[in-house]
Amino acid sequence: MTPSQALETQPVIARSPGYWHGVIKRFSRNHVAMGALIVILGLILMAVFAAYIAPADPIKGSMLRRLKPIGTPGFPLGADELGRDMLSRLIYGARLSLLMGLSPVPIAFMIGSLLGITAGYVGGLTNSLIMRTIDVFYAFPSVLLAVALSGALGAGLTNALISITLVFIPPITRVAESVTTQVRGLDYIDAARASGAHSFTIIRVHILGNVLGPIFVYATGLVSVSMILASGLSFLGLGVRPPDPEWGLMLNTLRTAIYTQPLVAALPGAMIFLTSIAFNILADGLRGAMDVKS
Amino acid sequence: MTHIEPISPLSGLDPRDRGGPLQPLLSIQGLKKYFHSAGSTWFGSQSVVRAVDDISFDIHKGETLGVVGESGCGKSTTARLLMHLIKPDQGEIIFDGEKVGIDIPLTEFRRQVQMVFQDSYASLNPRLTIEDSISFGPRIHGVHESKARFIAHDLLARVGLDPSRFAGRYPHELSGGQRQRINIARALALNPRLLILDEAVSALDKSVEAQVLNLLQDLKEDFGLTYMFISHDLNVVRYMVDRVMVMYLGSIAEIGDGETVFSTPAHPYTKALLASMPSMDPDQPTREAPLSGDPPNPINPPSGCRFHPRCIVAEAACSQKRPALETTRHKKSMAACLLQNRDTSIPFPSIKVSGQ
Repeated sequence: MTPSQALETQPVIARSPGYWHGVIKRFSRNHVAMGALIVILGLILMAVFAAYIAPADPIKGSMLRRLKPIGTPGFPLGADELGRDMLSRLIYGARLSLLMGLSPVPIAFMIGSLLGITAGYVGGLTNSLIMRTIDVFYAFPSVLLAVALSGALGAGLTNALISITLVFIPPITRVAESVTTQVRGLDYIDAARASGAHSFTIIRVHILGNVLGPIFVYATGLVSVSMILASGLSFLGLGVRPPDPEWGLMLNTLRTAIYTQPLVAALPGAMIFLTSIAFNILADGLRGAMDVKS
Repeated sequence: MTHIEPISPLSGLDPRDRGGPLQPLLSIQGLKKYFHSAGSTWFGSQSVVRAVDDISFDIHKGETLGVVGESGCGKSTTARLLMHLIKPDQGEIIFDGEKVGIDIPLTEFRRQVQMVFQDSYASLNPRLTIEDSISFGPRIHGVHESKARFIAHDLLARVGLDPSRFAGRYPHELSGGQRQRINIARALALNPRLLILDEAVSALDKSVEAQVLNLLQDLKEDFGLTYMFISHDLNVVRYMVDRVMVMYLGSIAEIGDGETVFSTPAHPYTKALLASMPSMDPDQPTREAPLSGDPPNPINPPSGCRFHPRCIVAEAACSQKRPALETTRHKKSMAACLLQNRDTSIPFPSIKVSGQ
């Protein structure tokens, strides 16, 4: 190879296909993850169009129709302890459940990542300051913390969401900090610093791409936890109030019927299970797709 | 930044040159770095690791300065100090007559001094394509994206990789030798004058290592580069360097003309190091290891000459006085040993250097 023969004309060099292009391609090849994505999209559609799909009013009950079994004419999935149509309640329940499961996670993800990446990249005193503050929150069990925060803020859906968000910030910060510290020590960060790049550029180009994936996957797993936490708050009268349908709350109120109509009582739990497992599989699929090595 | 033009050694000097060929490209004076061990700050006395303990040396324009020594002797710390990846506690770094950080801004200095690391995989961002990795440096110095990509493709060709095949690939798809070529291309993308090669070929297998070494020799001529070549492989160092610096426990044991140091070492440590090289002649195998044990703990370095506890010619004075670098009998090198100018022949095992 002689250096003089190196590319004498200034050619237009096409950019190679982008990173996200590859992610989508790899994700679409994973059939299980695609299935989970379809389930989640279906649930979202169900929540949006609940008014058109639901066969009956989810609020109106009748003492005469209490705890009908699955398959009763007019009540395909039975009726709950107040004689309300379970199918309609499950369809309408998707609205509040998805709202409570989904909305705290992205906000906690953003705040937690910001704190964790800052702590991990800057290190030293900043790291100690952020992480020790986070450790204080870690001292409390998450349910207790959510109850305490929600109680302090006052009952209501918004306050319940805020308290769940606050509960999720410490674990996400932890994950973000540990992943960032790990990446921070690699030679390519030193190489980027040696080329004269500023910290902000290094974080944007070299840190974010390598840490957001693991943090994101961890956060996706919190969606199901968020739904359970929300139902716990609703049960204590701090979140959703009866008679509004919400899967967690329905699970709690139906627990008295677990011996008379076990299948009906288990239905809200089955919905929570379906949603959380769909999110977990989606998270797993995304992690695989975001990994350029697969 | 303009397109990288090859600078022929005959076509005159680099336009960025300031002090002429006699002024050292990089001059290090009294460089010190002590690491404070963590955990002992609250209770009890803090222990200090003297990683680099007051070293001074020059790197001349156009030369290759080899740096050798056992693990933990401060080779890599020195390299990182030069790059300002870690902050020196004390000492001055003067680049072509300008004090770094005062006369020449750090950003500009970093553009002219680049580094290649040992771990070819860890030194490439796994999420960036090869061309993105190489063009990152020019991009942050304000080169337009298409121009930066052109530079990346040009450099890929220069390091012997077909740009059309490699530009869009990811680091894990390449072999160690290919990745190290990419790292070299990435370092060259800023058109530096000094390249610090920190064990850059140590992790490669022998045949690939030879190819990369030849590539480095070619690039040095094409780009008019100066190398600081850090390695523990004495054969490779001897092949590559013009001058060599031997480090022991954070200080310089011997420095000078490569051939002089290798053929007539003045410092007992250099002799021991050379004698530890495996013999290439099966009829004359290296029978005994002239150096036993590990280097002493740099937290509590030995008094006087750092090497005296392991030195077989050490005298009482060696544990008292720390020797300074002095010109040896051969004039072309300097060694830090109190006994170097004695006429006693030092009874070391026969020193064999392969290929001689």
